[in-house]
Amino acid sequence: MHNKTLLASLIALPVLGLTGLAEAAELDIRITNLTHGNHFTPLLVAAHPAGQHLFQAGEAASSSLQAMAEGGDISGLASDLATMNADVVENPAGGLMAPGSSTEFQLSTSMDNMQLSVVAMILPTNDGFVGLDAIDIPSEPGTYSWTLNAWDAGTEANDEIINGGGAPGVAGIPADPLGKGGMNATGVTDMESNDRVHIHRGIIGDSDPAAGISDLDSRVHRWLNPVARITITVN
Amino acid sequence: MKPINLLRYGGLTLLASSLLITGCSSDDDEMEMRSFRIELLNLTANQPMSPPAALLDDSDWWQDGEAASVALEKLAESGDAADLIAGESDAVQAAGLLLPGQTVELTVSGEVDELHLQLATMLVNSNDAFSGISGKELGALSTGDQLMLWLPARDAGTEANSETAATIPGPAGGGEGFNADRDDSTGVVTLHPGVTGQENGAADSALDQSHRFDNPVLRVTITAL
Repeated sequence: MHNKTLLASLIALPVLGLTGLAEAAELDIRITNLTHGNHFTPLLVAAHPAGQHLFQAGEAASSSLQAMAEGGDISGLASDLATMNADVVENPAGGLMAPGSSTEFQLSTSMDNMQLSVVAMILPTNDGFVGLDAIDIPSEPGTYSWTLNAWDAGTEANDEIINGGGAPGVAGIPADPLGKGGMNATGVTDMESNDRVHIHRGIIGDSDPAAGISDLDSRVHRWLNPVARITITVN
Repeated sequence: MKPINLLRYGGLTLLASSLLITGCSSDDDEMEMRSFRIELLNLTANQPMSPPAALLDDSDWWQDGEAASVALEKLAESGDAADLIAGESDAVQAAGLLLPGQTVELTVSGEVDELHLQLATMLVNSNDAFSGISGKELGALSTGDQLMLWLPARDAGTEANSETAATIPGPAGGGEGFNADRDDSTGVVTLHPGVTGQENGAADSALDQSHRFDNPVLRVTITAL
């Protein structure tokens, strides 16, 4: 295969033509974790009606989004999607997605579900998530690609303390699946000045696994945007 | 056997085969050749790039999410592209480092049935950061067509990003290049996480704020000849 998409542009959303009339579609979807030191919790992928969102930049996170971003729990968002008759794929990778890994799956969309959204928590972070917000699903058959950025839900201070805290409103990071996390951190901050969904500022980390301000490793758990790629083939 | 590739040992930037332009051959036994001009621009602040090497070939140099080959590991850890282009008479390589803000031009040629561009260069003030192109199909470009790609930094996944002087081969460290040990916690090719540097609290890092980068790090302009 030589038709794979290179990162020709770091603009998150390519310019697409108008999607035309709503119609049902069969989509082959591939999502890749582009980071080098971060796992994704189970993905939530949904085709939904235009005007609906799992998250929006500059808006406060819903409680369902908060549960996903702080602890990887997608059940609340999944039930929100059910009420809007969305077409949903939950956890296509069957668990955590390691750095560099990909998952491939299919999504059949019904007529009214013209837009696609994707979310998953980034581990280890306090409330960081990879997200794609309501892109128009192309109607022309073909293969399309987008890159996704890391977002901050704005619901939890980025203290960078790994303490198992994953429930909404509980400080701390649930775990580091890579096994490179430290302990006994004093905490980077206990404040979150932007309480709306915004681009994640990245992690500080430190190089002391037994102390310091952060339980994250400054040389392991960093990332640059983009953090994921989604490729959609419209059949 | 293909001829020994002199590029491994010297600064030649072009090989004779690049003069075989499409349709110019009168020899019916010759596979038709096509050529492409490739201009590279280093977009980083302070990351010299090892002499970029390029080739048109069906065998991709890496795959995201897969373990790097030893040849790519050598490129990413030491800047040495020799193994990537070993035995490839059509390979081309720049004569020297591609410094920040500088451009270099290569002309790469290949047979029409294998016009997949392979290109790689190391960000030398790093443990195993590189940029480039793995298997971009160029056959659809007509003469005169241009394609501009803005490329990210990748991490070969073959060496931990310790940033210590002993492990950085570029001028910031002057340390070791290739080491066959694979001690990265993520053993596959991914996008690079970036560098930390002394000012960010990595006291034993040989890198400073100037060595940081964000994507894209390399602009490649391809012109079909």
